[in-house]
Amino acid sequence: MSMTERPTGGPTDAETWLAVQSGEPFRELRRRLRRFVFPTTVLFLAWYLLYVLLADYAHGLMSTRLVGNINLGLVLGLAQFVSTFAITMLYVRHAGRRLDPLAEEIRERIEGAGEDTTPRRPTEGGAA
Amino acid sequence: MTALAQAGGDPVLNIGIFTLFVAITLVIVFRASRNTRTAADYYAAGHAFTGPQNGVAISGDYLSAASFLGIAGAIAINGYDGFLYSIGFLVAWLVALLLVAELLRNTGRYTMADVLSFRMRQRPVRMAAALSTLAVSFFYLLAQMAGAGGLIALLLGVTSRGGQAVVIAVVGLLMILYVLVGGMRGTTWVQIIKAVLLISGAAAMTLWVLVRFGLDLSGLLGAAVERGGPNGAALLDPGKQYGVSGLSRLDFLSLALALVLGTAGLPHILMRFYTVPTAKEARRSVVWAIWLIGLFYLFTLVLGYGAAALVGPETIRNAPGGVNSAAPLLAAELGGPLLLGLIAAVAFATILAVVAGLTITASASFAHDIYANVIKRGRVDDRAREVRVARATAVVIGLVSILGGIVANGQNVAFLVALAFAVAASANLPTILYSLFWRRFNTSGALWSIYGGLATTVLLIVFSPAVSGNDKAMFPGADFDLFPLSNPGIVSIPLSFLFGFLGTVFARDPSDPARYAEMEVRALTGAGAEKAVPH
Repeated sequence: MSMTERPTGGPTDAETWLAVQSGEPFRELRRRLRRFVFPTTVLFLAWYLLYVLLADYAHGLMSTRLVGNINLGLVLGLAQFVSTFAITMLYVRHAGRRLDPLAEEIRERIEGAGEDTTPRRPTEGGAA
Repeated sequence: MTALAQAGGDPVLNIGIFTLFVAITLVIVFRASRNTRTAADYYAAGHAFTGPQNGVAISGDYLSAASFLGIAGAIAINGYDGFLYSIGFLVAWLVALLLVAELLRNTGRYTMADVLSFRMRQRPVRMAAALSTLAVSFFYLLAQMAGAGGLIALLLGVTSRGGQAVVIAVVGLLMILYVLVGGMRGTTWVQIIKAVLLISGAAAMTLWVLVRFGLDLSGLLGAAVERGGPNGAALLDPGKQYGVSGLSRLDFLSLALALVLGTAGLPHILMRFYTVPTAKEARRSVVWAIWLIGLFYLFTLVLGYGAAALVGPETIRNAPGGVNSAAPLLAAELGGPLLLGLIAAVAFATILAVVAGLTITASASFAHDIYANVIKRGRVDDRAREVRVARATAVVIGLVSILGGIVANGQNVAFLVALAFAVAASANLPTILYSLFWRRFNTSGALWSIYGGLATTVLLIVFSPAVSGNDKAMFPGADFDLFPLSNPGIVSIPLSFLFGFLGTVFARDPSDPARYAEMEVRALTGAGAEKAVPH
């Protein structure tokens, strides 16, 4: 394993990376990723902050008893667990359906192209 | 019978169960060590663990003694306000899942600095990232080691300071052995075993408590209120701990921010993502971790209120170990000395495993980032030499943390964990996010956000009421608490984002578009990522 400390992807050169980055398939992949993760992050952080602010400053409201000894604060706290689990499952589904196939396609094209540009025989990186 | 005798249970039994755990894990670590030869083995377990295995190990790394004993105790004494911690600790994982884990796995090899320096000038950025890694790991490590002292007092009946020092040294030496012999592979197995023990132990106790209350959560809460006497009703409502004043509320808000943004910047958590072969496995490991950690925090809710109802806040406060003794006392109440012994051993295993995970992270960062890349400028021909440096560093870090733990034993070091999270959220997370998502981000920006975040956080803590100015402070006699909050996050996190932005905008060195292209394409597609090492 003789590798330089900058982890470089074997036979792929700077022009290839730039070409892939500006190509339509990659831009589509980036769009699909960012359109999911950015709004979702804003959403769950806002929901978390709302909850923290309520627990911090709206004691009266949060102490409202709903069923028996169970109050609104406890229910909203448990709702944070539910939303975390739900977002996790939604992301896994999104990634499996919309991200992984496209990422794999682009990756195969890059790693295939890398071998094409070194027709002698891939010496390093080919095994990776 | 005094609370002490009840709480201590049978020290011989406790030590026996703990010794069994150590013996079993040592055998496994020695077996794992047979396959630890290269740097990839030592740092990243050959990238060969599966997602679910790594997910269990992550929960083992993350659920420290503070999570188990601390949160259960906080709920038992402060009620609802204790529950707030668990929520921050859990929601934080979404940041790791959505923004960090997979992209980090695809662009790095062993350490956080691999990713941060990917498209920057190597030496300065690696140095900064390594210093930040060492700082976070050291604060966290010291908190764990110091906490071990109090735990020992409770569980083994060792009350003299000298005796506690001996046990802290034993914990430290065991941890050094795990890391030296087993490397990342051995350490990961220790995490897995510990996580299984901890989570199943907590699950069994939770079920036990719920059955005693006829599976009626409302009834359990009612019993906790009743046991609490005149102040009992406050247990169910927010504000018992943090609602005291406007300042304490602001302090809580600040802590909540550091918790939710700190997790995805903790180096020992980030390093776990390299132990799997692909980004997809990294995703699976986070998903497993989220489920396990979430379930565990639901258990602690029941355990905390269960301890309040069955043991009572008075008994807990007066026990040796104070708030931290809630869970062990509950175990004694439910299942007698045997269950107490099991839970005590699990708590010990927890400290041991977390400390081992921190040590390997710090040693990897020193050897891989500072020694191999900054001092030797990446020209270390002999990989075995780098691993030797890492092992030597692990010994030094282990010895320093033993000494630190003995000195800090009994001190109020709770702020150290808050400090670790605040540094992670301030110095590390903004830099990671900018590196991964912002095209213009450059070397100056990275240096500004890391050093700016680190300096701001440490300075604010030094001048906070956690360190001086009141009876509970580390130096109660001194008086330099210029900053009113114990948790600096609300100031230091936005400042660090700002530092990174300003450093980037005002820099003379532009970012490298070709390196960014490579980084972005690799991050999203996994092209050219480090593969698993076959054995």
